[in-house]
Parts: sequence; C-alpha cells; structure tokens
Amino acid sequence: MLKKTALYKNHIDLKAKMVPFAGWEMPVFYPAGIIAEHKAVRSSCGVFDVGHMGLINIKPQTSNIKKAEEFLNKIGTNDVSKLIDFSCQYSVLCNEQGGVVDDVLIYKLIDHYIVVVNASNTDKVLAWLSSHAQDIEIEHLLDMSILAVQGPRSLDVIEELFGEEFGFNVLKRNNFLQVGNILVSRTGYTGEDGFELFIPLEEIEIIWDKVVEMKVQPCGLGARDTLRMEAAYPLYGHEYDEKTTPLDAGYSWAVKFGKGEFIGSKALSKEKEAGPKKRLVGVVLSEKNVPREGFKLFNGGAEPIGEITSGTFSPTLEKPIGLAYINNSCHEKNISVEVRGRRVAGEIVTLPFYKHS
Amino acid sequence: MFPEELKYSKEHEWVKLEGNVATIGISSYAQEELGDVVFVELPKAGQEYKANDEIGVVESVKTVSTLYCPVSGKVTAINDELSTQSALINQDPYGKGWIAKVEMSNPAEVESLLSAKDYQSQLAG
Repeated sequence: MLKKTALYKNHIDLKAKMVPFAGWEMPVFYPAGIIAEHKAVRSSCGVFDVGHMGLINIKPQTSNIKKAEEFLNKIGTNDVSKLIDFSCQYSVLCNEQGGVVDDVLIYKLIDHYIVVVNASNTDKVLAWLSSHAQDIEIEHLLDMSILAVQGPRSLDVIEELFGEEFGFNVLKRNNFLQVGNILVSRTGYTGEDGFELFIPLEEIEIIWDKVVEMKVQPCGLGARDTLRMEAAYPLYGHEYDEKTTPLDAGYSWAVKFGKGEFIGSKALSKEKEAGPKKRLVGVVLSEKNVPREGFKLFNGGAEPIGEITSGTFSPTLEKPIGLAYINNSCHEKNISVEVRGRRVAGEIVTLPFYKHS
Repeated sequence: MFPEELKYSKEHEWVKLEGNVATIGISSYAQEELGDVVFVELPKAGQEYKANDEIGVVESVKTVSTLYCPVSGKVTAINDELSTQSALINQDPYGKGWIAKVEMSNPAEVESLLSAKDYQSQLAG
C-alpha cells in the first residue's frame, strides 16, 4: 500500500500524473509537463510537495546539546560543530567501508537537530541511527512535512506569504527562520534560489493552495529530477549507494577528516590517499538520444570505462545530458555511449551543467 | 481520446487504414504516460519490417519507449517534422504526430489489432 502525502488530494485536483516513488504515491508531472515546470523554476517560481522525505528529530536525553553534536559528528562526514543555531549543513552518512548509507541535511535548532533524509532510505536511516545512538532520542517526525518553493521569484512569494518583516531577503543560503510553527529554510535541490518550508501537517494544504494561487507552477518529481541533474546534485540510488563514497561523487568538501574519527573515516582516509577509483562526470551526446541510467561509456576499446547513473533531456540546454561514473584513470574528453547497441559520440563536460547566474 | 475509426495495438500504437497503407503513431494514452516527448528515432523509409519488429524509439524527458510495427510491410513515408518538433506527438498524437506509413504485406494482420472500444477496456483492465 503506497503512502500518500497530506497534499495527495491537491495533486489529484490539479490533475497530476501520480506514480509510485519510494513507497509513496507522488506527482511526477502536472498537465503543464516536465519541461514547462522546469522552465518555471529557472525563470520564475515553482512549488514542490516534498512530503515523502523523512524528517528525523535528534535530541540528547540529557539537555546537553553537545551529546547530539558528538553523535551526529560520529555518524556523518561533515562537521556539525560548525553549525550555528538556525543553520543547516549537507552531510553524508557512511558505513565502515565509506559507502553511502544516505546523504542528508542536518538542521540545528536550539536544543535539538532535525535530519532530512531520502524517502527511499527513511526506514534504513532510522534503524542505522538507532543502532548507533547512546543517550540520544531518535524520533521520526510524522506531524510535519516539507514544501519547496524554488526559483528567482521565490523570495517575493515567501514575503507575500508570511510578510516582509522577517527579513527573508537577508536570510543566507543554508540558514533558516522560525515563523510561528513553520521553519523557513533557504535551501533547495534545484540549483536556483529558493526556500524549503517545514510545515505542520494540518497547515500544509492552506500554504500549498496560497502558493498555487500566486501563480506559482506546481512541479512534480520529473522536474525535480531534471533540475537537480542540471545542477549536478547526486541522488541516492543513482550517484550514491552503499558501494560508492562521497569522495567518488566529488563531495570531499563535506568530508571533514580534521574533526576526529567518524564511521567510515578510516576507509575514506585510505581512499583519499590512494585516490578514488572512479569519479563523477557530466556527459553530453552528439545526437538527440538520451543517455539513460546503466548505459555504458567507452573510449574506443571493448571494455567500458564507465556508466551513466542519471540521464535526461536538459530543458535549459535543450540537449540530452547524463551524469556518469568513469574510471579515474581515464582523462579523454571524447568518449562514446552505447545507446541500444550503437555507440554514439559524446563528450565529458565540467559539472554542473547549469549554474544560476 | 481514442478515435473510433482507428485500430490499436497492445503496445499503444494506433493504425489508420487507407487501402493497403497503414499510418501509425502512438495513442493519446501513450503520449500522456510518457510526458514531454523530446526525441523520436524514426524507422527508415524503404525498410521492410515484420509485425511487432522494433521500428523506432520515443524518448520523453522521463523515460524511453520502444516503437513496434503493428503490421508487416514496407515503410513508405516517415514524419520528418518530428525530428525538429517531437512535441507534435504530445500536441496532436493522431494528426501531426503521426510517425510512419507502412505499405502492408499482410493486410489480414489488421484483424488482430484492437478496436477503440477493446483498446479502452484493455487500458481499464
């Protein structure tokens, strides 16, 4: 039985095409279509129901917040001690081999943290955290859900929604504010300016409807995927899995060896010394075929040098793009991708494909 | 959504019969499921295909779908407009979004295609 977010009925009313995703029934696109939704986010504003993401509350059993900080520093690769109240950071939860259990955002509040995890990994991460926690309360937050308002017009939308007096205009990236019982965070997964709102379930429909009434384009998982691919953000199950490390994906900036030991630090430190075996690159093809996940990359020989992990048609570049892992020893710019039995010429390009100007 | 005068395949192609020539495309249901079509790999004009042979590919932003030849025969025309305007498949699946014309070598195969009504009940089931 698929789970439904609090906005299920709103999606149906908006005639979204619903699909199963990570145990949830989610909108993949609305009648506007993925390309129009994508372009709305790049040029104006879009709103996403991100209610499938897992929210986990991390609280020390004593009131000593340092205990929770130590726990999160042991479990994640980034350094939580650098977080000030009402800011968040990207971190990666690794296993002992350095493979990725999940990639997360950690939000610091005054006396607790909220960890936002991938929908597909929520149960796994809850079990993982619980198995490593001592004197820490781990609670799956089920009475709160996330809406993402993304795009150059998102600041105007947020100001119209809550009022200008909160100073959203000076809210920095990866910082958040508490407005009543809503958290307003300047974050997102689109490569565009934007906000993510953590809203109590009973209020989320009202907020969604207000945003949609402001002519903000409802966007589904399809546009979420094309936007994150252009911005070259990894997605668990594609660029990340338990055999891939954050160093392979190029996220060494989120791996802080200086903070002391953490789960996976030994393996990651070894990998860093030896150099990663593979690296994440961007691929564009000379033809209009879309490089799809699993397609193999070649540099002229019989053996593949890599594999596509995510691919789509880029609405901004108006051409097919792909993210791929290639052997770190390969430095050719010109490669080919096997598309249904045929090798199509392509090129390795610098990531991201799109950067907000 | 499913014109009565057309025949349909289980693979969601439609077939319009004019004498011995079958014009083919993908159904409105298929284009809705795919979403924005961004590329169509067309069959080659002049090429002979058997029924159910793969004759092309329809790529949407989200996914890719194989195009099967609903009847045996020779491709006599392809819709070149799709190479620059693949969105015609979304906008007008039964009209400007046609994909190819096939001169049938075995017109009896048409009998095994579905009527609009049967296609619709297959979708419902």
